[in-house]
Amino acid sequence: MEPQIVIARRIAQELAPGMLVNLGIGIPTLVANYVPEGMHVFFQSENGLIGTGTPPEEGMAHPTLTDAGGRPVTALPGACAFDSAMSFGLIRGGHLDLTVLGGLQVDQEGHLANWMIPGKMVPGMGGAMDLVTGAKRVIIAMQHTAKGASKIVKRCSLPLTATRPVEMVVTELAVIGFANGTATLLGTGPGVSVGQVVAATEASLTVPKNVPEMQI
Amino acid sequence: MQTISLERAVAMIPDGASLMIGGFMATGTPERIVDEIVRQNKRNLTVIANDTASPGRGIGKLIAAKLVHKAIVSHIGLNPETQRQMTAGELKVELVPQGTLVERIRAGGYGLGGVLTQTGIGTTVEKGKQQIKIDGKTYLLEVALRADFALVHAFLVDYLGNLSYALTARNFNPIIAMAAATVIVDADNIVPIGVISPDHIVTPAPLVDYLVMNA
Repeated sequence: MEPQIVIARRIAQELAPGMLVNLGIGIPTLVANYVPEGMHVFFQSENGLIGTGTPPEEGMAHPTLTDAGGRPVTALPGACAFDSAMSFGLIRGGHLDLTVLGGLQVDQEGHLANWMIPGKMVPGMGGAMDLVTGAKRVIIAMQHTAKGASKIVKRCSLPLTATRPVEMVVTELAVIGFANGTATLLGTGPGVSVGQVVAATEASLTVPKNVPEMQI
Repeated sequence: MQTISLERAVAMIPDGASLMIGGFMATGTPERIVDEIVRQNKRNLTVIANDTASPGRGIGKLIAAKLVHKAIVSHIGLNPETQRQMTAGELKVELVPQGTLVERIRAGGYGLGGVLTQTGIGTTVEKGKQQIKIDGKTYLLEVALRADFALVHAFLVDYLGNLSYALTARNFNPIIAMAAATVIVDADNIVPIGVISPDHIVTPAPLVDYLVMNA
């Protein structure tokens, strides 16, 4: 199974009926494909919609209905449109149950860096700082390493997105939680050993006696 | 509200003006007005908007024509030309978290001096800003934003200037319509008074100064 699919399917297990959820671009977007059968979840798009659907069929795109990346989407029955102040009121005001975002680095206390690489890439933070500051729960979906280097580090070398720690990181190798300000291995990827995770991780990991393998 | 030709509407904007422009990745941007600004070659503009869109779309056209001196935006990641001009020192870019940006504009339009937010605490965003503690939580003071002109896109406008919006083309439009000295509207549909139900009007007519006529 592709690493992105493993990550998205594992994170989908964190969904619960009636949740309001915001998915970032990249791997997080894939989580919407694995909502458990029969479960209703509200997906928010920060450009002003709850009830974002799949991309439209060819020839059915409408210029006033796009996702946060500007690509055409559809709206599900029961969808709701609003302005950007309301959209970020939902995010910052504690009304958003879960956000799933991509990451460049997460440190062993759960601090996230995901908005710029100085001198290389300065896309801007968009809604990321508000999402990490305001969502009830933050899960980071990312590959475990980049060019062989661990993305779960002792201390972020890149500029932080927020000082509020994330709750969980899911990679193709591991599920890591950050309760009590320490990184704890909560699960391993399919066919991945605890030793492999520890070897691929720069951060100090607390490893409980029994670490279950992801069931996906 | 006055109705006005596209050419005359844009002719009111002087070089060096500050413009709030509606739109999110060009969805909900008044493209006709943007095209006319490029045609009339208005220079040295300050643009306050969510993003700089992508090359060839919305605000991306102003960037490509090098008409923008300063951009106050939350995201430039999908417009490589903005990043190139910023790196080359040709364009000043102030990056503001999206929720903070829209609240600063809202404050400007609602008669408030600024807002308090936890977004940006402990990041590069807090630099040079006052911090205020309330009930044990630390907030950043983010000051209000206003502009000379708001360039608004609406779905429906009636002959009085009442506006309603469509789906994700609403975004910053009703917020900027409160926060500028002069509000210019381009709408997809101009309809008789009464067509838009009072409950569905989002921006009340007295906020609109000029409506761009159909071509």
